[in-house]
Amino acid sequence: MKHIRTINKANLKQTAIKGGCGRCQASCQSACKTSCTVANQKCENSK
Amino acid sequence: MIHKYKLNGYNIVLDVHSGGVHLVDELTYDMLDNVNPPFEEKCPENIIEKLSRFYDRDEILSCYEEVKELYNEHILFSDDTYEKFAKYSVAAPLKSMCLLVTMDCNLRCRYCFAETGEYGMKKRKLMSFETGKRALDFLLENSGDRENLEVDFFGGEPLMNFDVVKQLVMYGRSREKDYINKHFRFTVTTNGILLDDEKTDFINREMSNVVLSIDGRKEVNDRMRTHINGSGTYDEIIEKYKKLVEKRKHQNYYVRGTFTKHNLDFTNDVLSLAEQGFKEISAEPVVAPAKEDYALTERDLPAIFSEYERLAQAILVSDKQGKHFNFFHFMIDLDQGPCAIKRLRGCSSGNEYVAVTPDGDIYPCHQFVGVEKYRMGNIAEGKINSDIRNEFAAANIYSKDDCKNCWAKFYCSGGCNANNYTYNGDIHSPYKISCELEKKRLECAIMIKAAIAAEEQQED
Ligand code: SF4
Ligand code: SF4
Repeated sequence: MKHIRTINKANLKQTAIKGGCGRCQASCQSACKTSCTVANQKCENSK
Repeated sequence: MIHKYKLNGYNIVLDVHSGGVHLVDELTYDMLDNVNPPFEEKCPENIIEKLSRFYDRDEILSCYEEVKELYNEHILFSDDTYEKFAKYSVAAPLKSMCLLVTMDCNLRCRYCFAETGEYGMKKRKLMSFETGKRALDFLLENSGDRENLEVDFFGGEPLMNFDVVKQLVMYGRSREKDYINKHFRFTVTTNGILLDDEKTDFINREMSNVVLSIDGRKEVNDRMRTHINGSGTYDEIIEKYKKLVEKRKHQNYYVRGTFTKHNLDFTNDVLSLAEQGFKEISAEPVVAPAKEDYALTERDLPAIFSEYERLAQAILVSDKQGKHFNFFHFMIDLDQGPCAIKRLRGCSSGNEYVAVTPDGDIYPCHQFVGVEKYRMGNIAEGKINSDIRNEFAAANIYSKDDCKNCWAKFYCSGGCNANNYTYNGDIHSPYKISCELEKKRLECAIMIKAAIAAEEQQED
């Protein structure tokens, strides 16, 4: 494409179908403790 | 829904519901102001006419084709198909616990939300081993099939009760053996004053993450992070932190600061910490009532916004110089981040996560401690109030009116319930200043990724 470049997989919808396993950490628990940025956490589902 | 913005010379378009991030040229940026699905086969004449004042007709036509193609691939103007998943936002097993092993502190930091360790309560207290032990048992018993159980030792200052911390870690380790697949991940948050070699080694051996409080430059730190007699703490803690981080090979830690109205140039604080050799850095906006002289108010937003931009640029420069460091709130993985279900639900306070006080009282999270309305029970009773739990479990981005139509919803996940409650009296009602800051940080975080992607393309 000449005008637009997509820089990621844009796969959020797929993750809704497979996701929700709950292995990952709770959000602000062990890091910042005063605010929440869920998007910077890791998915821990290796399956 | 899309969100587009210009930052640092990049034109960035986020497709909210697919998570797609696109770098676009000026023409596309303008085109997107004028088009919306459903798309006609050919670019409508009125759009061509409007844009042809600035752009070549053939370019307009080819741009339209690209926009249409991405729409058909569902990565531009993609539909919101998530609301049905919000129904699954129900009570889930417990997996994280914050243990307030002390409600006392050896410092008197001026902005402390724990009100120097007392959490708005009158008495200073230490948690007994017995209470902590029951709390760990409670976590194990209520954790269902969850394998990783996070326990954060928090305070007050947890190192003031370090013997109990050590006993609890040992107890937790011994209980892991009773299960096939349960593992505690202990973490600790400290102000550093009581760190010595022995504690450092224990922490590095047993704790999967450690948060070290420091505000950045010496003068900034020492203005807010003070002893009871008012003297600063920087010189005492900086070397201890360096040693601890060195010994854990720079893995799994944060140096974490708070910025206030007094250091709106907090990029300098982050850079100061980076210069000291730290690679994992966080700086949080202070949570304080507007009457305090150091509180952040709406009027500070423009200054904070440009400071976040400056910080993002500084990070890119450092990267280029081979001096990479992470800023917690700009860390974002555009491909492998948490699943959409997690993003819907947010921080899971009061549901998968609770805080326990020295008296064994249970609250939805460390920031709710002392809010009587949300006291969920006591560890001694071995159960928690299911109404409160259900209320928190049901809080998600589709239960919060402001969030539903917010472009940042899958990154922010509905904000901090505690902030919402503190400022607006309702966990479902986002606190506007936090929203604005969060959105700015996300724009910066995505821009950093875009800049890296653009750079890589140039190299190819
Ligand atoms: S930025 Fe505010 S409105 Fe947007 S998702 Fe976060 S809390 Fe909700
Ligand atoms: S409510 Fe706020 S402080 Fe509490 S766990 Fe959630 S994000 Fe953290």
